[in-house]
Amino acid sequence: MIRLFRFLRPYRFPIALVFALVFLQSLSDLYLPTLLAKIVDTGIVNGDTSYILHTGGLMLLVTLGGTACAVVATFFSSRIAVGFGRIVRGKLFAHVESFSLHEFDTVSTASLITRTTNDTNQVQQVLVIILRMMISAPLLTIGGIIMAISQDATLAWVLVGVIPLLVIAIFFIMRSAIPLFQIMQVKLDRLNLVLDEGLIGVRVIRAFTRTDYEKARFDEANRDLTDTAIKVNRIVALMWPIMMIVLNVATIAILWFGSIRIDRGEMQVGALIAFLQYAMQILFAVLMLSMMFVMLPRASASAKRINEVLDIAPEINDAAQVKETIVQRGVVEFDDVTFSYPGAEEPALSNIAFRTRPGEITAIIGGTGAGKSTLVSLIPRFYDIQSGSVRVDGVDVREMSQEHLRSKIGFVPQRAVLFSGTIAENIRYGKEDATEAEVQHAADIAQATEFISGMSDGLDSTIAQGGANVSGGQKQRLSIARALVRKPEIYVFDDSFSALDFKTDARLRAALKNEVTDATVFIVAQRVSTVMEADQIIVLDEGRVAGIGTHHELMTSCEVYREIVLSQLAAEEIA
Amino acid sequence: MSQVSQERPPTQRPGQQGGFMGRGGGPFGAIGMPVQKAKDFKGTLLRLLRYFAPYKVNLIAVLVAAVIGTVFSIVSPKILGLATTKLFDGMILKFRHVPGAAIDFTYIAHILFILAGLYVVSASFTYLQQYIMAGVAQTTVYTLRREVEDKLARLPLKFYDGRSHGDILSRAVNDMDNISSTLQQSLTQAITSAVMLVGIVVMMLTISPLLTLVVVITFPLSMLVTVVIAKRSQTYFRDQQRALGILNGHVEEMYIGHRIVKAFGRERISVATFDGLNDTLYDAGWRAQFISGIIMPLMNFIGNIGYVFVSVIGGIMVTKRAIEIGDVQAFIQYARQFTMPITQLANITNIIQSTMASAERIFELLDEPEEVPEAADATVLAAPRGAVEFQHVSFRYVEDVPLIEDMNISASPGETVAIVGPTGAGKTTLVNLLMRFYEINGGKILVDGVDITDLRRDDLRRMFGMVLQDTWLFNGTIRENIAYGREGASELEIIQAAKAAHADHFIRTLPESYDTVLNQDATNLSQGQKQLLTIARAILANPAILILDEATSSVDTRTEVLIQKAMSDLMRGRTSFVIAHRLSTIRDAKLILVMNHGSIVEQGTHEELLAQNGFYADLYNSQFAGAALSEEVAV
Repeated sequence: MIRLFRFLRPYRFPIALVFALVFLQSLSDLYLPTLLAKIVDTGIVNGDTSYILHTGGLMLLVTLGGTACAVVATFFSSRIAVGFGRIVRGKLFAHVESFSLHEFDTVSTASLITRTTNDTNQVQQVLVIILRMMISAPLLTIGGIIMAISQDATLAWVLVGVIPLLVIAIFFIMRSAIPLFQIMQVKLDRLNLVLDEGLIGVRVIRAFTRTDYEKARFDEANRDLTDTAIKVNRIVALMWPIMMIVLNVATIAILWFGSIRIDRGEMQVGALIAFLQYAMQILFAVLMLSMMFVMLPRASASAKRINEVLDIAPEINDAAQVKETIVQRGVVEFDDVTFSYPGAEEPALSNIAFRTRPGEITAIIGGTGAGKSTLVSLIPRFYDIQSGSVRVDGVDVREMSQEHLRSKIGFVPQRAVLFSGTIAENIRYGKEDATEAEVQHAADIAQATEFISGMSDGLDSTIAQGGANVSGGQKQRLSIARALVRKPEIYVFDDSFSALDFKTDARLRAALKNEVTDATVFIVAQRVSTVMEADQIIVLDEGRVAGIGTHHELMTSCEVYREIVLSQLAAEEIA
Repeated sequence: MSQVSQERPPTQRPGQQGGFMGRGGGPFGAIGMPVQKAKDFKGTLLRLLRYFAPYKVNLIAVLVAAVIGTVFSIVSPKILGLATTKLFDGMILKFRHVPGAAIDFTYIAHILFILAGLYVVSASFTYLQQYIMAGVAQTTVYTLRREVEDKLARLPLKFYDGRSHGDILSRAVNDMDNISSTLQQSLTQAITSAVMLVGIVVMMLTISPLLTLVVVITFPLSMLVTVVIAKRSQTYFRDQQRALGILNGHVEEMYIGHRIVKAFGRERISVATFDGLNDTLYDAGWRAQFISGIIMPLMNFIGNIGYVFVSVIGGIMVTKRAIEIGDVQAFIQYARQFTMPITQLANITNIIQSTMASAERIFELLDEPEEVPEAADATVLAAPRGAVEFQHVSFRYVEDVPLIEDMNISASPGETVAIVGPTGAGKTTLVNLLMRFYEINGGKILVDGVDITDLRRDDLRRMFGMVLQDTWLFNGTIRENIAYGREGASELEIIQAAKAAHADHFIRTLPESYDTVLNQDATNLSQGQKQLLTIARAILANPAILILDEATSSVDTRTEVLIQKAMSDLMRGRTSFVIAHRLSTIRDAKLILVMNHGSIVEQGTHEELLAQNGFYADLYNSQFAGAALSEEVAV
C-alpha cells in the first residue's frame, strides 16, 4: 500500500493542504467544548448573559470556520483520491498493454482484469476513507489530548488508562473475528461453487439422476456456512457492548475523580463538562482508527496485487538499435529454433528449421500439443526463443521493432476475438485508414458479406462486447476479413476455419487463393483435407519436425503424416 | 456522556466484498447512492415476514431486548446530569463560602453506581439482542437458500436454457447475501433507531420544551441538506457507474484480445482510448466523492449550530434559574444524538428498499413454473430393451416457431441411428426430447412401447447413457467422476469400466492416478481424455440406450483411435443415437437423420438419401470431397 503511494507525488501540495485543513477543522471541533466551559465557568457562575451571548457568537464563527475547512478539505481529498485511482489505473493498463503473451499466461487474463478494475477501485476507495477519516482521527486524538491536558493535566491520566484498555479490547475481538470472517468467505465460496456446478452441470445431474445427491451436497455446504455465520455474528455482537462499557467506565471515572478535584478547588465544573466531551472525542477517534485498520488488510491485499503486476518487467522489448527490413517481402526462416514455455520441463519446439517464400502456402499439421500454434506465434514474436533464430525478410525478429514486424503480418487466431463497435470498425482494426471499398472487399473474400448484409445496418451493425451477438463462424470470418484488409506480407491462419461449415470453408479457401497470391501464407490445421494442397506441409510431432514436403512427398517419406492421413481418411475411404 | 451507546460501527459486511462495488463505496457512501426498488414492496415484505413465523418468540425477545437496551442508554445522560448539578451546586455554595457547604459525595457516588448499573444492563441487552438475531437471521437465510436449491431441482431445463447462469447465481448469492446482512444488522438497527428517536425527544421535552424546540428546528434543515445533496450525488454516482462500466468493458476486451492487440500493433491506440475513458471516470468520480463527502461536515455543522444554541440559551436559562446545569449537559448530549437515529433511519429505508428488491428477485425465482408433475401410477420397465419410437412428434422451443413437425422414427433394440448435419444445434434438441428435458408439443415418444410421460423421469433417464463432446465433468476426483454413472459402484467396477474405455492407462500416468482432482474446467486433461472418462462413466452406468458424439478436430489422432475403439465396444448391443462425423458410422447406421437448423430435414439409409440427391447428398459431397484422396491413400 505504502509503495503505491509513490503515485501520490503530483498531489504533494494538495495533500499538505488537506492535512492542514483537517487539522484546523479538528481544532474547531475541539474548541467548542472549551468555549462551553467558559460559558459555564465564567458566564453562568457570574450570571453574565452578555458574556454568554458573546461566547455563543464566537462558537458559531468557530464551527462555521471548521465546516468551511472540512468542505474545502473534502474537495481536495476527493480530487486526490480519485486522481490517485486514475494514475494507478492508467499506469497499470499501459504497463499491461506492454506485456508479452507470456506475462498474460503467468498472471492469467481474468486476474489482470480484476487487478486493473476492482483492485484499483479498492485502493482508491481506501484512500478516500484515509483522507476523510483516518488523518482526522489521529489529529483529533492528539489535539484532544492536548486540550484535555490544558484543561486539567491530572485528570488526563484517566485517559492514559482508558485508551490502551479500549485498544486491547478492540484488538482481541478483531483477532478472533477476522479469521472467522475469512473462514466464512471460504465457506461462502464453497457454497457458490456447488451452486455454480449444479447450474453448469444441470443436464448431467439430471441425466444421471443425481439430483438428490447434489441437494445433499448443497445442504451440507449451506449448513456449514450458516453455522459459521451464526458464530461469527455472535462474536462480532460482543464488540459493541464491550466498547460501550469501556467508554462509560471512563465517563464514570472522569466524573468521580473530577468531583474530587473540584471539591479541592483545583478544577471548575465547566472544565469538567468540557473534559468529558474531549474524552469522548478522543475515544471515538481511537475507535474510528481501529475500525480503519479492519479495512486496511483488504486494501493492502489489493495494493499488493497491483504492485505485483507493476513489478513484472515485460519480457519482450525492442532492441536498442532496431533494424528495418529492406528488399525482400514475406520470407520467413526458422533456423534451428528451440523454444520452451517458461518453467516447462520439455521444450515445446525443438530444432525447427524451414524457409518459406512469398506466394507459397505453408501448412502445419500435427496432433494436439504438437506445437503448431506455438510455432506460428513465434513469427509475430509473441514469445522469445531460447536458441536458434526466427528471421523475417532476412532480419532476426528480435532485431526489428515489434511494430514494424507485426505490420507485416495478418494474424488470424484460433479463437476469434472481436471488439465492441461496428463491423466496419472491427475490420478496420487491421488497417486504420482502409477505405469503404477495401473493407467491403475484405468482407467479400472472407465470405462475410452475406450475413453482414442480412444485418439491419450492414457494415455499420454493432458487435456486442466479445462478439456475443454473432455466431462462432461469423466471428471467424470477420477475424479473417480483419487480417485481409491489412494486405500483409505474411498471413497466419491458426486453425481459423474450424467453426465454418463445409461449404463456406471451401468457398473461402477458393477466394483466398486468388487474394493472397504474392503473400506468404501459414495455415495451421488438424484436418488433412485442409492442408493437402499446400506448397509445403510441416508435420509436427511432440515439438519436432517429423517431415516437410508436399502431400505426395510426405505420403511416401513421413510415417507420422501417413498415420494422420490414415486415421482421418482410412475409416471413411479405404474401407 | 453516554452517546456511544447506540451508534453502530461500520461493520464489514461479509460476502459483499466480491460484488461489483458492493452496496456503496465504503461505509459512509451510503447516502446518495442510487437504490434499486422492489416492484411490489408490500407483497414482498409480507412474504418475507412469513419466513419469520417460526421464530416469533425469538423476535419478540429481540424486540424487548432492543427496547430495554435503548431505553436504559437514553436515560443515562439525564442521570449523569443529576450528578453534575449536585456537583455544581455544591461548588457554588462553597464558592459563596456558605458555611458547612460541601460537595455531596455520597449522593454522587450513589448516582455513579446507578449509572454503572444502567450501562451494564444496556450493554447486556444490546448483546442479547444481537445474539438472538444472529441465530434467527442466519437460520432464515439457510431456509431460504434451501428452498431456492430445492426449487432449482424442480425447474425444467427450459428455464436454465433461457437464462444466463450469471443471473441465477446473482439471485441465489448476491441477493441472498443482501438479505442476510439486512436481517442481521439493519432490522435491529431500525428498531433501536426508532426507539431512540422517540426516547430522545421525550427526554428533551422533560428537560426543557423551549430547548427542544431549538433542536427540532434544526431537523428540517438537515433534511433539506440531505435531500438536496442526495439528489445531486445520485446523478454523479450514476455517471461514475456508467463511466466505470465502459472503462471496465474496455479493459476486459483489450486483455482478452491481447494477442490481437499485439498482432495488429494497436497498443498505443488502446492506451489512448483507455486514458480518455479514465479521464471521464475521474471527472464523474471526484464529483461523486466530493458531493457525498460533504454531507458529513454539513450535518456536523447543523448539529453544531444546535449545540451552540443549546449552550447559549441553556446557559442563560441556568443563570435565570429556569433549568439546572446538569440538565444543560444532558441536553447537549441528547441534541448531539438527535440526528443520529434520523440519518440511520434514512439509511435503513434505502437498505430495506434494496433488500426488498433482492427478496423479490428470489421470490420470482421461487415462483417459476415447475416441470410437469410425474404420473402418479408410473410404469416401471424392469428390463429395458431399448426400442425407441417417435410417433407424430412435434416440438418447438418458441411458441410461434415450429421446429419439429410430425416426426416419425423407430429404432429397434441394438440399432444405430446416425445424426448428421452442419451444425450441432440438432443434437441438443434430440437429447432434450429423449431424456424428457423438454416436453413435446404433440405426438408421443415411446420407449419399449411405453409413453415416456408414463415413466418416472429418473427411471427414464437411467436407461440412457451419454457421451458428449461438451465434457460434463465436474470438480472432483477422476474416481468420483466415473462413479457418477452409478451410485455405490465398487472400486473394482470403476477400474474395470476405465479399462474397458481405454482410460485406465492414461489415468495411471497422472500424478495422483484415480485420485487426481479435475479442476473446475478440467483443463488438466486433454479433450480426448475427458471423452474417454465420459465413456467409462457410461460403461459403468450400463444403459440400454446411448447418445454419443463422435470425436472431432480437437482430439489428437492417437486418442481418437482409442475413443473410436471404446465407442464401438460400448455401442455393441445397445440402441445408439450417434452424432456422426465418420463415414463408416454413417454407412453402417440403420437410419440417418439429417438435421439442419435444429430440425430434421431428411431421413433414411445412406443409399436412400444419396438417391434423393437432396441436402444430404450435397453435404456428403462437400464434406467428403476428399474422396479423390482414397486412391492416393490406397497407393
